[in-house]
Amino acid sequence: MHKEAAIREPLILGNDITYSKITNDVLHTIEHSPTKMWKILMTIAVIIALWGVGSILYLLGVGIGTWGLNNTVGWAWDITNFVWWVGIGHAGTLISAVLLLFRQKWRMAINRPAEAMTIFAVFMAGTFPMIHMGRIWMAYWVLPLPNQFGSLWVNFNSPLLWDVFAISTYMSVSLVFWYIGLIPDFASIRDRAKKPVPKLMYALLSFGWTGNAKAWQRFEEVSLVLAGLATPLVFSVHSIVSMDFATSVIPGWHTTIFPPYFVAGAVFSGFAMVQTLMLIVRKAMRLEAYVTIKHIEYMNIVIIVTGSIVGVAYLTELFMSYYSGVEYESYAFINRFSGPYAWAYWSMMTCNVVSPHLFWFKKLRTSLGFTFFMSIIVNIGMWFERFVIIVTSVHRDYLPSSWSMFYPTWVDIGVYIGTIGIFSVFYLLFLKYFPVLAFNEVKSILKSSGEKYKNMSDEEFHELHPVKK
Amino acid sequence: MSSKKIYAIYDDDYVLLESAKHLVAKGIYIRDVFSPFPIHGLDPVIGLKRTRIAITAFIYGMIGVSLACLGMWFFMIQDWPLNIGGKPNFSLWENMPSFIPVTFEFGVLCAAHGMAITYLLRNWTLPGFKARNPYKRTTDDWFVMEIHTHDNEASEEEIKALINETCVLEVDVKNS
Repeated sequence: MHKEAAIREPLILGNDITYSKITNDVLHTIEHSPTKMWKILMTIAVIIALWGVGSILYLLGVGIGTWGLNNTVGWAWDITNFVWWVGIGHAGTLISAVLLLFRQKWRMAINRPAEAMTIFAVFMAGTFPMIHMGRIWMAYWVLPLPNQFGSLWVNFNSPLLWDVFAISTYMSVSLVFWYIGLIPDFASIRDRAKKPVPKLMYALLSFGWTGNAKAWQRFEEVSLVLAGLATPLVFSVHSIVSMDFATSVIPGWHTTIFPPYFVAGAVFSGFAMVQTLMLIVRKAMRLEAYVTIKHIEYMNIVIIVTGSIVGVAYLTELFMSYYSGVEYESYAFINRFSGPYAWAYWSMMTCNVVSPHLFWFKKLRTSLGFTFFMSIIVNIGMWFERFVIIVTSVHRDYLPSSWSMFYPTWVDIGVYIGTIGIFSVFYLLFLKYFPVLAFNEVKSILKSSGEKYKNMSDEEFHELHPVKK
Repeated sequence: MSSKKIYAIYDDDYVLLESAKHLVAKGIYIRDVFSPFPIHGLDPVIGLKRTRIAITAFIYGMIGVSLACLGMWFFMIQDWPLNIGGKPNFSLWENMPSFIPVTFEFGVLCAAHGMAITYLLRNWTLPGFKARNPYKRTTDDWFVMEIHTHDNEASEEEIKALINETCVLEVDVKNS
């Protein structure tokens, strides 16, 4: 039997954990009626989501002139929100794919909720370029379809089109990866369901999963190959998103550092969002035995690492703008930190570069309250990063007479806050009706990483599990 | 002689694995094993060959890459060459650098979805299909071996006796 080093902290706490207790603990919320807290949160989320849908419909009806955009600032909150949501959508697949390739067992407790977050976040991200088109009913024009315009095709040299392919591939592959993991867990719910409607629903969702040896062998192979495919995909998607900016000739955007810098930033903000959600979920659903302080600490360590990469990228950008000797390039950066948007720049610097380093203190990175606070700070900081990159680079262009500022209208705010509401509705539905942890996978690490088994001697183990009578 | 299915039910993956080794050493052929999670090390014991599903992923991926190249060659080079910023599209090769992202994405798209569809079909799992696990608790905390009498030289009684040497929870016999 494979055992881990004794000094590694256990990933499943408690001496009374058995396979069926894991099933019971995780499925408790699915098999019981929703709590009062869930109903209250759902009501709030639905109200915000409806406001968001209303804002989007108003926007589609009236046109994007209702946004605060002007001649100089043609891209603002829409693209900021798009990049913010895509960034958040990077942690899930990173956790499930990259950590699977590295055989990190701690991923198992958090991969399911993180992937759900990824998928819903990418949905929200996809909304922004679609509504930014103005005429959303023409959205199919981004596809290379045979047409009557003198067979004019889409431009495959443009990063904006690469984005179409990258985001849609990322979304659908993440969805498939997530669903293939869900099938065996749905089967567990199906086999326990007593009422006819849930029984039928989960029977449909579980695709008739049987769990025989060959199916599990294929399951493991498919997970591994999908992880191998998803890993470069994660890196490519945000690199391509960054190329939307980097391949343009706007000072402040035209930088070769963008792809790695955006990827690090995406992982940074994605992990922060996972923390925000997981800290609430583990408390509300009493999953403290499976999502332990150690898991939270591991994620905080990822936040320090990626936060530092982002910090180095900011400083590199600043240095390069000075060292390049290009007047426009250096002005773009001087304007960022001392111009009218300096408050946004310094909020970004404080939230993303300074504050994550508090996690070097073990006391702070193992404190739940502090982690929650920091996760919100990082989310705010990463929103400002996109805002700073996008708006401060364009609001003062080559011609001082066309310099202007961007002020969001209620539609800008409504659409943004609304997507947070829609995301929350999806997430709350996920928490109620889907298995929140990949509990069948968690069972497979009970013997190697569970507290009950970890410090057991071989004699004790054989006494507990005799093979022959 | 009518064939019978013997189910040996265990409550632990480790005990099942060791028992399987014991039975196989005595010459019993184990038809299948049902478990709530993959039991590592079981496949060679019960004689399962490695799945070839990863090879299909590679083939689907290559199909995707070729289709993407073919499509972009037709759209951008053959049918309507665009002149972008004084940089016309002359040949697929010269334009390759800017075609790499879409080629990669489309390759991944085809590999992942092709493999997923193959996986679902090979496992015979699609919406509305009936589950074939013999006991409901095999998706919770039961680990069950299925042995067919017609696969083995040994009689039903002999197989049962061998199973009973191990720490089995229950032995169940069903007619097939």
